[in-house]
Amino acid sequence: MAEIHLTDLTKSYGPTEVLHHVEGAIKDGEFIVIVGPSGCGKSTLLRMVAGLESVTSGEIRIGDRRVNELEPSARDIAMVFQNYALYPHMSVRENMAYGLKIRKLAKAEINRRVEEAADILEIGPYLDRKPRQLSGGQRQRVAMGRAIVRDPQVFLFDEPLSNLDAKLRVQMRLEIRKLQQRLGVTSIYVTHDQVEAMTLGDRLMVLNGGYVEQFGTPIELYDRPASVFVAGFIGSPAMNFLPATTGPDGVTLPTGGTIAAPQVQLDSVLLGIRPEHLLPDEAGEITIVVDMVEQLGANSLLHGTLGGTDHAMVASVAGHVSAARGAQYRFSVAPEQLHLFDPKTQKRLDA
Amino acid sequence: MVENRPLTSVLTHVILVLGVIAIALPIWITFVAATHDELRMNQAPLPLWPGSYLWQNLKQTLFGAGLSGSETAPVWLMLLNSLAMAMMISLGKIAISLLSAFAIVYFRFPFRMTCFWMIFITLMLPVEVRILPTFEVVANLGLLNSYWGLSIPLIASATATFMFRQVFLTVPDEMLESARIDGAGPMRFFWDILLPLSRTNIAALFVILFIFGWNQYLWPLLITTDTSMTTIVMSIKQMLEAAEQSPQWNIIMTTALLAMIPPIFVVISMQKLFVQGLTETDK
Repeated sequence: MAEIHLTDLTKSYGPTEVLHHVEGAIKDGEFIVIVGPSGCGKSTLLRMVAGLESVTSGEIRIGDRRVNELEPSARDIAMVFQNYALYPHMSVRENMAYGLKIRKLAKAEINRRVEEAADILEIGPYLDRKPRQLSGGQRQRVAMGRAIVRDPQVFLFDEPLSNLDAKLRVQMRLEIRKLQQRLGVTSIYVTHDQVEAMTLGDRLMVLNGGYVEQFGTPIELYDRPASVFVAGFIGSPAMNFLPATTGPDGVTLPTGGTIAAPQVQLDSVLLGIRPEHLLPDEAGEITIVVDMVEQLGANSLLHGTLGGTDHAMVASVAGHVSAARGAQYRFSVAPEQLHLFDPKTQKRLDA
Repeated sequence: MVENRPLTSVLTHVILVLGVIAIALPIWITFVAATHDELRMNQAPLPLWPGSYLWQNLKQTLFGAGLSGSETAPVWLMLLNSLAMAMMISLGKIAISLLSAFAIVYFRFPFRMTCFWMIFITLMLPVEVRILPTFEVVANLGLLNSYWGLSIPLIASATATFMFRQVFLTVPDEMLESARIDGAGPMRFFWDILLPLSRTNIAALFVILFIFGWNQYLWPLLITTDTSMTTIVMSIKQMLEAAEQSPQWNIIMTTALLAMIPPIFVVISMQKLFVQGLTETDK
């Protein structure tokens, strides 16, 4: 069990800097999810913590040790890879025992740990099989078993669920979460899937282009996104953005209607409204001209444009709605559920 | 393409049968010749059916003086020499090329690619091309008439190095990273993970290299003068021109038959791995 401190961490490949001054303090036993689009540097950051990539500048501390210069095996970590990276010529048992064998643990102790991990993961019946005789989900468990037997201070997960089918992914997601809570090991988990990130993480670190956009709990990120990027990335369907001008009564939409909003210093702002916060309201100022409807069962997504303009809008409405193309719907939104951003810096504006 | 017309299937079978005859007939004649006595073999026409002298010929060839009237080594010693040479060449080649491919693929050292290309260029320098300088070196090292002299100059292998490089490149990076996290050092990774993963490729290469080594003719002829170092392949040729007498075909063919057995044994025993090693791409 350990805390992890990332201090002013930078990574460059030649002249190209891919991670810029990453800061973060991870508490003992916390489950941190690093999330972002592909190419944002999230895997690089994880691999730096693992010791598979060198650190250009800055410092990584695990517990009270600086680990920048330590070999991966000396960092007391365990990693689960996206393609599992099981040794194909070894049985499940040998795969799990390999690291312990190298650390010269006693046979009995190795066996005890392997059996224990196999029990936790319910892979006992497969211990003598080869990885190729297992299904994707079972291989995933073995990869986690290999991490568990090491009894490390930190678990690192590099998109471990992306090779599984959708149903299994949801199931394994829950299992990983339960397992982590049960073992209480500090964990860092990398994913590009925002649902996975929201459901797994105690806290989320949103990376974009090598910068940390925001680092907070899932609800913080949802309720108070720090930038346009986070606002658009977290939440599904994504947030609607509209340019608006501010006045004493609130903000004025491109259509001319004015809605009540928190007061800010800027004249023109970027207004963010989540689709699920649009409430059907006959007297509402926000009009959506429907292009198409997605029926999800519990709710329906109305895709369209803000009345008379070319600003795309999505609204999420409870129940079944079957609207014809071109139909108009009116919505209102509560002022506290509006998000205001500075159009230049893309940062959140607070009243 | 699957066609099912009687004419084409007759034609294909004729071609196949002709092919089998072309390959098998000489071997059959060798076998038949090894079962007759010397007298019968020097009469025309050649016998096409086995006679009754196989055991006698085998005994004389393996343990007797071999060719009567000459001073060659007994054939069992030649077989042993050939076996030693072929094993040293094939195992030596495999060991050296595994290690050099490992170095080239997994280590970042200065002039890495230069090293790779230098190894690759030696493809253009088989032993026949560099035979004089190589002989000079081996002679100066005092390795004439020794197993070391027979095998060492043939051990360096660009083809095998290149093949293992390709094999290692197909091993996913995560395997190495996983091993590093498990705490395996480079040699441990090589021994515990890379070697077992290349098992079938090693077997396939062993078959090819063993036959390459077994069939060496020019080099052993050049550096062995002592009859006790003679290899079986070169001895067959020597037997033909031995002493001013008509060739003793029964003994020569028995020797040839014996010379065929070890390569056949190697091929058959490693057949399954051999095919896997050349076709399997999944790591």
